[in-house]
Amino acid sequence: MKCRKCGRPAVINMRQHKLALCEEHFLEWVLEQTRRAIDRYHMFAPDDKVLVAVSGGKDSLSLWDVLLRLGYRAEGLYIKLGVEEGAYSDKSLGYVERFAAERGGVHFQVVDVKVTYGMSVLEVARARHRGHKACSVCGLIKRHIMNRVAYEGGYSCIATGHNLDDEVAVLMQNTLRWQVGYLARQSPVLPATHPRLARKVKPFVHLYERETAAYALVRGIDYIYDECPYAVGATTLFYKDLLNQLEERSPGAKLSFYLSFLRAREQGLTFTEQTRLELHDCPRCGQPTTAPGLCAFCRLWEN
Amino acid sequence: MVKLVYRQQEWEVKPGMTVRDAILKTGLKPYAVLPVRDGKLINEETILRDGDEIKLVAVVSGG
Repeated sequence: MKCRKCGRPAVINMRQHKLALCEEHFLEWVLEQTRRAIDRYHMFAPDDKVLVAVSGGKDSLSLWDVLLRLGYRAEGLYIKLGVEEGAYSDKSLGYVERFAAERGGVHFQVVDVKVTYGMSVLEVARARHRGHKACSVCGLIKRHIMNRVAYEGGYSCIATGHNLDDEVAVLMQNTLRWQVGYLARQSPVLPATHPRLARKVKPFVHLYERETAAYALVRGIDYIYDECPYAVGATTLFYKDLLNQLEERSPGAKLSFYLSFLRAREQGLTFTEQTRLELHDCPRCGQPTTAPGLCAFCRLWEN
Repeated sequence: MVKLVYRQQEWEVKPGMTVRDAILKTGLKPYAVLPVRDGKLINEETILRDGDEIKLVAVVSGG
C-alpha cells in the first residue's frame, strides 16, 4: 500500500477518508486536520494563550505536540490525582516531564490534589461514600482545577485531547438514553458562561483514536500505555468497541454519525436550547454553582 | 516464523500473510491495534517476512 501523496510505503490507511499516507504525510495531515478544526469551530486565535490539560496519555501529549508545532502558545497543566496511591500518577507525570524536557522545557504546571486539598481523588471519594463513583468525583475535581488555573493564569481556553471516538461514544450513550440536556451541550467548543468558567475546546475532534495513537507512535512520543485502573470496564470503552465494529462494516460510520449530529444541532433540528440556569458564585472559591451556597467541589472537602 | 507481541501475550504465525490476517489469527481485532515493526508503524496490508517481530500497540490506552 502506497502513500497517496508521494508513493512511498504507507504507514496508515484511513478507510473513512480512502486515504493511505506515509509517515511524513500522515504527520502533515494530522496538523492540517487539527488546524482546520481550530479554525472551523473558532476555538482560539494564533496569539491566545492556551492551557492544554495533559494526562501523560497519547491524546493529550499528541495534542500538545501538534499545538506547539502549529506555533500556538500552548502550556500544560497536569493534575496529580493520586491514582493507585500515587504510583500511576507518578508514572504518568514522568511522561509529561520527559515530553516537556525534550521540547526545551516548555512550560507546564502541576496541581497535586492530595498536597493541595489533603486527600487524593479515591480517598475523598471513599470518605464521601462515593468510592463506586470515583470517575465522577475525578471529573468534578479536574473541572474545578482546570477552571481555576485557567482563570488565575489568564488563559483564553482549556484544550483537551478528546478525539472523535471519545465524542461519538458519549454521543451514542446520550442518544440511547435520549439525554437531551447532555446532547444540547455536546460540542467541540464549550463557551465560557461565567468569568470563572473557562472556554473548553477539543481540537482533535475530527481525528479517530487510531490516528492520535498513530501520531504518537510516529512522532516518538512516549506515553502512559496502561489504562487508568479506575476506568477498566468503563461503559465508554464498551461503546467504543461497538462503534468500531460498526466502522469495520461501514467505514466512515463514526465520522458521519458525529458530523451529522453537529450539523443537525447547528441547524436547530434536534433540540431547543435549554433554559439557562441561574448561576450563583460559590462563597469559598468563587466558581459558579447552580444553587446558593458552596459549590459541589467545595462541599466535597467539607467534613 | 513471525512473532506477534501484544502486551504480555505472544503468538507465532507463518510468514507470507498480511499483517491484518495475522492479527485476525490471534483473535485480536485489527481496528483495536496498530502494528509496529522495528519501531516503525506499518500498514495492515504489509506482507510479513520470516523473522519479523511485530508489536501490536493497543489503540485505546491510558491517560
